[in-house]
Amino acid sequence: MNGVHDMGGMDGFGKVEAEPNEPVFHADWEARVMALVRAMGAAGAFNIDTSRFYREALPPHVYLSSSYYKKWLLGLENLLVDKGFVAPDEVKAGHALKQTKAPKRGKFTRDDVERIMVRGKFGRPAPAPAKFKAGDRVRAKNIHPATHTRLPRYVRGHIGVVERDHDCQVFPDSASIEAGENPQWLYTVVFDSAELWGADADPTVKISIDAFEPYLEAV
Amino acid sequence: MAHDHDHDDHHDHEHGSELSEMQIRVRALESILTEKGYVEPAALDAIIEAYETKIGPHNGAQVIAKAWSDPAFKRALIEDATAAIATLGHVARTGDHLVAVENTTSRHNMVVCTLCSCYPWEVLGLPPVWYKAAPYRSRAVKDPRGVLADFGIALPKETEIRVWDSTAETRFLVLPMRPAGTEGWSEAQLAELVTRDSMIGTGFPKTPGAPS
Repeated sequence: MNGVHDMGGMDGFGKVEAEPNEPVFHADWEARVMALVRAMGAAGAFNIDTSRFYREALPPHVYLSSSYYKKWLLGLENLLVDKGFVAPDEVKAGHALKQTKAPKRGKFTRDDVERIMVRGKFGRPAPAPAKFKAGDRVRAKNIHPATHTRLPRYVRGHIGVVERDHDCQVFPDSASIEAGENPQWLYTVVFDSAELWGADADPTVKISIDAFEPYLEAV
Repeated sequence: MAHDHDHDDHHDHEHGSELSEMQIRVRALESILTEKGYVEPAALDAIIEAYETKIGPHNGAQVIAKAWSDPAFKRALIEDATAAIATLGHVARTGDHLVAVENTTSRHNMVVCTLCSCYPWEVLGLPPVWYKAAPYRSRAVKDPRGVLADFGIALPKETEIRVWDSTAETRFLVLPMRPAGTEGWSEAQLAELVTRDSMIGTGFPKTPGAPS
């Protein structure tokens, strides 16, 4: 979706301001939200792409004015209600009131923590040979899906060069809408700055994205 | 968290309410999910404890120090960072598709996630607020030298800058250049010089002898 989360190349957000000696969390609730998202994902309530889609789908003014973990909370609440794990009146009441759908892997317990400290695997067997190889010139397609995609707007329509592949991986555009993993070849594609930002761009800069095969067309 | 000190009393009160509103709201959701039997609070405590005490940039720093000290490990790291780090068992447990990218005198690497906040948690811990915020995400791909200036660093004009936008589940770890004047240093000493930002590409390692 063409949302405000797709920020690459936007102007007007100001300087990057790093906080010296920044704590891991700025409030206890931030830590609880992070842990709840990890736990409910691991319990099978959603995959990582669906959780990203719910954060991107927050109204633009909410997305831009909420702190990072507030976005995580709002996305989590919306997702859990939409998917039927929590009822809307339960969110209001702050308590469980009725039987709802349980996550498919059941309760997330202390014994499950160790396994989620390592990222899951996203690589999958290839359903078809790769269309592209290192050195190929490719164009990022001019596509504008209304649902989740990992093709940022700032590369669409532009030509880059395939640097390498990363085998086949879960396709976020499908997984995010629970349409299956639909594995696709994944490539690192490199763009010259002038191709993306015009003739005045800094010629020493190159930008790469990791692009799934359906995002690319041969040039 | 930003706090505006220009608020009058009324607004200060509202600000306080908003903070507690978040606490109340998160506690409510945790209660619901606990009562339903989806999660147990002790599991949440353990996740939080891991990110507060065990997993952080010190993990990545050990990887970098090892790469600076051991050419065979460095080659393995560049070839397949996930597999190479797995051989260091005690350092960090990395998942799939970590890619180490090496800075040289002619090329500087910088990592961003313009779409959200993808970051190599297992070697760097949770990302800092600036990494997840709009100024960095919007500008890193268009004006990386300007972003580096915000961090107070400058590269030679002719140095190539490669910006890696983390748009898939690949994760990137920058291998910074080993500082001069560290010949004969142990891995533990070298690891002390490796900063978090030097592994994102928005900083350099510390210089030996400089005040930290």
